[in-house]
Amino acid sequence: MSSLLEVSGVSVSFDGFRAINNLSFAIGPAELRAVIGPNGAGKTTFMDIVTGKTRPHEGRVLWGDPPVSLLKMTEAQIARAGVGRKFQRPTVFEDQTVDENLTMALKAPRNPFAVLRWRRAQADADRVAALAVEVGLGDQLPRKAGELSHGQKQWLEIGMLLAQEPRLLLVDEPAAGMTLAEREHTTRLLVDLAKTRAVVVVEHDMEFVRRLNCKVTVLHEGSVLAEGSLDHVTKNPAVIDVYLGRG
Amino acid sequence: MTRAFLMRNPSVLWFLLALSLFTLAVTLLSEAGMGVLSTSFVKTLGKTLCLCLVALAMDLIWGYAGILSLGHMAFFALGGYLIGMWLMYARTEEIVVAALSSGPLPATPDEIRQGIATQIFGVVGASDMPAIWAQAHSLPAQLALVLIVPGALAGIFGWLAFRSRVTGVYLSILTQAMTLALALYLFQNDSGLRGNNGLSGLQNIPGLDGVPQETVSLWFFWASALALGLAYVVLSHVVSGKFGSVIRAIRDDEARVRFLGYSVEGYKLFVFTLTAMIAAVAGALYYPQAGIINPAELAPIASIYLAVWVAIGGRGRLYGAVIGAAFVSLLSSWFTGGRAPSVNLGFYTVNWVDWWLVLLGLSFVLVTLYAPKGLSGLIDAAQGLRVPDRKGAALGPDDGALMEQEGRE
Ligand SMILES: Nc1ncnc2c1ncn2[C@@H]1O[C@H](COP(=O)(O)OP(=O)(O)OP(=O)(O)O)[C@@H](O)[C@H]1O
Ligand SMILES: [Mg+2]
Repeated sequence: MSSLLEVSGVSVSFDGFRAINNLSFAIGPAELRAVIGPNGAGKTTFMDIVTGKTRPHEGRVLWGDPPVSLLKMTEAQIARAGVGRKFQRPTVFEDQTVDENLTMALKAPRNPFAVLRWRRAQADADRVAALAVEVGLGDQLPRKAGELSHGQKQWLEIGMLLAQEPRLLLVDEPAAGMTLAEREHTTRLLVDLAKTRAVVVVEHDMEFVRRLNCKVTVLHEGSVLAEGSLDHVTKNPAVIDVYLGRG
Repeated sequence: MTRAFLMRNPSVLWFLLALSLFTLAVTLLSEAGMGVLSTSFVKTLGKTLCLCLVALAMDLIWGYAGILSLGHMAFFALGGYLIGMWLMYARTEEIVVAALSSGPLPATPDEIRQGIATQIFGVVGASDMPAIWAQAHSLPAQLALVLIVPGALAGIFGWLAFRSRVTGVYLSILTQAMTLALALYLFQNDSGLRGNNGLSGLQNIPGLDGVPQETVSLWFFWASALALGLAYVVLSHVVSGKFGSVIRAIRDDEARVRFLGYSVEGYKLFVFTLTAMIAAVAGALYYPQAGIINPAELAPIASIYLAVWVAIGGRGRLYGAVIGAAFVSLLSSWFTGGRAPSVNLGFYTVNWVDWWLVLLGLSFVLVTLYAPKGLSGLIDAAQGLRVPDRKGAALGPDDGALMEQEGRE
């Protein structure tokens, strides 16, 4: 099986501290993967590398088929290539309405000239409305994002991610600040999405990971400690030692 | 203009209505009409409209895109220089041709050209036409250059600055440095633009000898009003659509915009260049009404004033910029024109010519601290709009992001 994203031998250090150490990771075009690991394991930094925010000192990051290197591309180019990201803290544009936030994320040409000429077609309006309903913000379209609750902002950001129609979704702790019912909704959504695209979910909550029912990658001190089913990795003594044993 | 657009932007109709009424009133009261307003005052009002136009550009780049450029008055002055070159050349040409026609032989084109060069550049001790005046004989060419030269300068400067991701205070300082460098260059006698003499006699429009200044001043007033009205409609359209959404997003949180796939640098460059060109058009309309331009017009302080006008009017809304520029610049010419009565405090007489800048500086500080929405806060209050309660948090993580009190619920 050819992979959509292939990270190999990547290392990053911040002022001499190795946050990512010879990390390798691969995911297929329609696959769900959970990434777990203790605080400071390098999960967010891993996403920073894939999305172009942080440049690794060594290693390769290959994308698509035929493979192209993401390391030479800017953040915006990587996003346009089909990598979407949800941040650990919800980041939406607070001074703009839910509608504007979703419209901006909607898959469409991104250059200034095209955006200047862009007119909202009925199809766009329908898509925005449908996305808003999907993330439970159907009646909130005209509200400013800054007025939403923390959970609603999480959902709005997920909606923006869906609007981009990425081929790879990187989702950093989506369930933080959500109620139990919302977590279940999120789980269903992510499992559903992974039928047609690659989804990487970082999460601390083991119950949540169990419900995702997918392959798990355990990170520790910037490299992969174990990989396999949740039951498989939770039996691994090294994993129990660094992560589960402490909880 | 579609109805939906006007529904979303009610300020456009109000603005156009106010501008038309104002234009009509000034026309009727001018010396061509009832004669209540002097020609020089009509010129002042026409110039004020041009300042409102450049303030619109400033609001787009700072209020909407969050880039505090302190160099846009340089583009404004460049526009003035470029149109001034044609005005001065064509006007001198008329004079030289008339003078040479009294000679025994008809003058050759070379002699005419030489005569013009001597006339224009005699003050700086030169008699050759500098290369940059190559197109000065042609009005269409100079008009095109009004857009091309400032656009190219902004494009190159912006490309260098934005590509290396210079933001915030550092970018503002860079734009000031650009302005200063340009001014210092123009001060030199061999810059080809007559050094500190600048260009003068710009109020005399070539070919319009028979038309009195009271009429010409009205024409320029109308042209300025038209340009302002047009720019207001077009920019309202730009900022109310998806483009406006993207640049406001860049203002509040540019890193996030990148992850949506928008090239932040490309947008900044686009807005910087576009606003430089708008500023240049405003300058090209301003200086024929002012009559003279010299390098002092490019002083870095001019661009700082521009930011002060927009801040006092209220950034991030187009009418705010217009109100701020009109209000502050008219007040400023009233105070500095010696017409404001001095205040006698008994022990000290406040002479406004000296104290106006202090007053302006103080109002700027007060507005920034206590009423960040500026004068347009009054309009919001009249409409019953409230400020969101964000416990002091700004609307985004970036330097240029709107502050809590600038937001609207
Ligand atoms: N920009 C940076 N400068 C310096 N150190 C950094 C930087 N970014 C991350 N680090 C360090 O790298 C390590 C990995 O951080 P990272 O945020 O990737 O962890 P994480 O696995 O996402 O943790 P958490 O579960 O708390 O979100 C941490 O020790 C962190 O302090
Ligand atoms: Mg993290």
